[in-house]
Amino acid sequence: MRKITHMFSKTALLVALPFATLTAPLAASADEVNVYSYRQQFLTDPIFDAFTAETGIKVNTVFAKTGLIERLENEGINSPADLVLVTNVGNLAAAVEAGVTQSVDNDVLNANIPASFRDVDGHWYGLTSRGRIIVTSKDRVSDGLIENYADLAKPELNGRICTRSGKHSYMVELIASVMAHEGEAATKDWLTAVKGNLARKPQGNDRAQVKAISQGECDVAIINTYYMGAMMTNPDQQAWADSVNVVFPNQSDRGTHMNISGVVLTKASPNRDSAIKLLEFLASDSAQSMYATNNHEYPIKADVAPSELVSSWGEFKKDTLSLNEIAAQRANASRLVDTVDYDG
Amino acid sequence: MTADKPDKLSATKLPSLGGAVTGRVRASWGSSTSYQSATPSAVSWPGGSYRFSARRIANTRQLSNTAVHPKRHSVPFPTIQYRKHIPGTPTHGLQRVLTDADRAATYQDRQRHRYLSLSNGIWASISGWPLVALIVAFVVCLPILSVLYLAFNPEENIWPHLLDTVLVRYISNTVILMVGVAFGTLCIGVSTAWLVTRYDFPGRSIFNWALLLPFAVPAYVIAYIYTDLLEFAGPVQSALRSAFGWKLANEYWFPSIRSLPGAISMMVLVLYPYVYLLARAAFLEQSASVLEAAKILGGRSRSRFFKIALPMARPAIAVGLAMALMETLNDFGTVDYFAVQTLTAGLYDVWLGMNNLGGGAQIASLLLIFVMMLIGLEKTSRRHREHFQPTASRFRKLDRRRLTGKSAALATTSCALPILLGFLVPAWVLLNYSIRYFELSYTEDFRQIAMNSIALSATAAAAAVSVGILLSYSQRLRPTKLLKTSVSISSLGYAVPGAVLAIGVIIPFAAIDNAIDALMRSHFDISTGLLLSGTVFALVFAYTVRFLAVAYGSVDASMKKISPHMDDAARSLGHSSLTILSRIHLPLMKSGVLTAALVVFVDCMKELPATLVLRPFNFDTLATHVYQYASDELIGEAALGSLLIVLVGLVPVVLLTVSIDRSQELKAAGITTVGTSKHAV
Repeated sequence: MRKITHMFSKTALLVALPFATLTAPLAASADEVNVYSYRQQFLTDPIFDAFTAETGIKVNTVFAKTGLIERLENEGINSPADLVLVTNVGNLAAAVEAGVTQSVDNDVLNANIPASFRDVDGHWYGLTSRGRIIVTSKDRVSDGLIENYADLAKPELNGRICTRSGKHSYMVELIASVMAHEGEAATKDWLTAVKGNLARKPQGNDRAQVKAISQGECDVAIINTYYMGAMMTNPDQQAWADSVNVVFPNQSDRGTHMNISGVVLTKASPNRDSAIKLLEFLASDSAQSMYATNNHEYPIKADVAPSELVSSWGEFKKDTLSLNEIAAQRANASRLVDTVDYDG
Repeated sequence: MTADKPDKLSATKLPSLGGAVTGRVRASWGSSTSYQSATPSAVSWPGGSYRFSARRIANTRQLSNTAVHPKRHSVPFPTIQYRKHIPGTPTHGLQRVLTDADRAATYQDRQRHRYLSLSNGIWASISGWPLVALIVAFVVCLPILSVLYLAFNPEENIWPHLLDTVLVRYISNTVILMVGVAFGTLCIGVSTAWLVTRYDFPGRSIFNWALLLPFAVPAYVIAYIYTDLLEFAGPVQSALRSAFGWKLANEYWFPSIRSLPGAISMMVLVLYPYVYLLARAAFLEQSASVLEAAKILGGRSRSRFFKIALPMARPAIAVGLAMALMETLNDFGTVDYFAVQTLTAGLYDVWLGMNNLGGGAQIASLLLIFVMMLIGLEKTSRRHREHFQPTASRFRKLDRRRLTGKSAALATTSCALPILLGFLVPAWVLLNYSIRYFELSYTEDFRQIAMNSIALSATAAAAAVSVGILLSYSQRLRPTKLLKTSVSISSLGYAVPGAVLAIGVIIPFAAIDNAIDALMRSHFDISTGLLLSGTVFALVFAYTVRFLAVAYGSVDASMKKISPHMDDAARSLGHSSLTILSRIHLPLMKSGVLTAALVVFVDCMKELPATLVLRPFNFDTLATHVYQYASDELIGEAALGSLLIVLVGLVPVVLLTVSIDRSQELKAAGITTVGTSKHAV
């Protein structure tokens, strides 16, 4: 019997030891905010660190690309999360639809965030915006060939366009905005034509499309603005970014489609006061300029300047279509991608 | 006390003793015979805790060897008789003449004990093992059941749309992917396993363990690396272009890595070790006698492999293949990166793109049907062909045949190639990037993050293997339909994409937490909050469910190889099921248990989607740390962390391969738990 107990105690020790080391870092401090984040830590950490330095409030995070809203929904009234940081309109809409958000009416937020970038009822707030722009090869595409999203359907571009998967939220939201402006039938024709112009099966992220242009695989791509900034600051990738011209589409009519990153306050928020302090901080000059310089996004606060590179592209006309309308067309747009077999 | 004696016996002395005397617990742990058969008279009791008395009967010089269950000290029951004294056994002071009175007492005790064990048996059937097993099986089923529940509550019906558009492609891509991965992993896994177990050629002893190395490389990492190398802008094509003066993509043909064949190749490279590991173990366990018999009967080398060795190893190979295929099914990272539209990719799109979790769960259920069909197919084709290992009286290792010349070169190349492509190339690329991006990617937290990964994976491996043993053993003790069904359901966890399974874990955990909280609030006015959700416990539970199929498959395969005679014999000697498990089965299953633990550990190290969603605040594993960069295709920043995953995963791979090998060597040297009883006949 002694041996059996000995064996079991050894096993128990083997199991207990790692467990002890796992539970050690969980000690909680009193003044804190808990954030579920769809944005990567390396982007959010510097901002949260600045917040902690300023207020003494600790920020705890969980980062994931999927499932956090479902987690929040199931945790219900006992959820520890105060805020959810999201990277697209789809997530914002999903959170509001799931009923896990609460409305905030706050003077600082209302003053700093333009009305078109926040929910009428205060259930969500935009924090940064990014232009969905077209880049063209400096060598192989003449100026003026492409000025609008609609130009991507031109027959001259046959076999010359690269994009990421049509199912990615940035593409789906662009298609949804076209749908909201021009209707379903026109959008279908347009997307079918763009699909016909593709140089290769949609793949990779936006950065990979610019790389493909610089290597001569294609001539035109649709990307988010901040990818240009990221490539410009990376010595390995600067040549890729240098090989393309930036086109802000639809300047003569509705303006360039913008997608946003945003934030919601959870319904169950246990640290509501601290969470609102963090919300205010995220909309403040210091956090907004960190977003601008670290990740080359457009600050949502009007008087904060974008990064030097982004500023160098100058002012442009932004599409002010309400984000709710884009959200409403999202599912349709996603289905249209299947119908025209964009990724096939 | 006699109980201490066995410890003092060194392993090297054992062969000469024939192993027919009690108290060889050390020896039995050292070996891992997985096919045992013997008449009860040849069973030697792992002693230690048993009272043991050897009696010498004066006139016949018979030795009666009595094992007694610790709880029933007074019962000398039953008696195994050996015909003559075993030389060298420590009998001094333990022998006495058995008188008639003794025999009468023994008889009475035996009668009493028969009654006791009967009542015990009835009690055990309604409680104990089966009950615990049933509860555990039910709990590990919960996440799968939650996913099925979700499938019944979709936001809208996705099928008309999918049928009209992409469903056919989803399914055909999934089938092609699975067939391709099955073919590739079988070819590489089985052939290399056969080579290293049956032949001797340059580098064999290194290949023996090195063939497992690609296992430590996550599929999404290898996908990034080969895309980086082989895409249009990568070094390989750039070199070709500059060598031949091409400029544009349409001037020459080069296979596209981001394609279905590309995805198949990547998965084969990192998943073949599953098949290799199990096939190798199966080949090692095949006794020489069978193959030699075939040789004597005139079987050629090729037909010996296809007609004897392969069919005998088939159950193990099938388990390995099932693991590889389930991993293929649940993979999202690689197919997403390669833009291959599989059912899993479709599942994520329906869930996230169309905001329809229920629809996603329906696709997950479709994946489960796929898996059940596969498993069913394998089982039907194998029906009535139970491969109990031959009842060889002694295991003998088959001598490896030395290869020379061309065949040796061919063997070396075919073993080296998978290691080169599946491990050395990715590791080299990662190392290069790590050095270049060291300042950007190194963080002080790496120590803690690596510790988290290791501790979490070790805990989950222990948990999964324990649950696997519990379920497998309960099935053996008392097979019931209910338990069998629960085990099959919970084993499906491996085929469910991680993020979906994570939701399946969140649902029951949060429900339990909230129910407890509501109860405490209403009765005691205390809020307990979330006790389980968002804790490390939830993570370990998710890993256990996710990798239970691996643990259970490996453990169950070893358990099934132990002849039921062993249990009967031990039972008839009056031992409890727990004792039988810890003293007989576990020692015999050692290599199976170690294999299970190894595979689960490495799988947990690589696990990403479930970890991301379920983890506590501010908690990173190596995989999640890497993912924040990898998700943005920042291969340079992700390299150092990926390299750490690979390195940390390597340690148990190498250690356990060596340990499994050593136990095979011991067995081959004749140290088996079953005494061959040349003295005892």
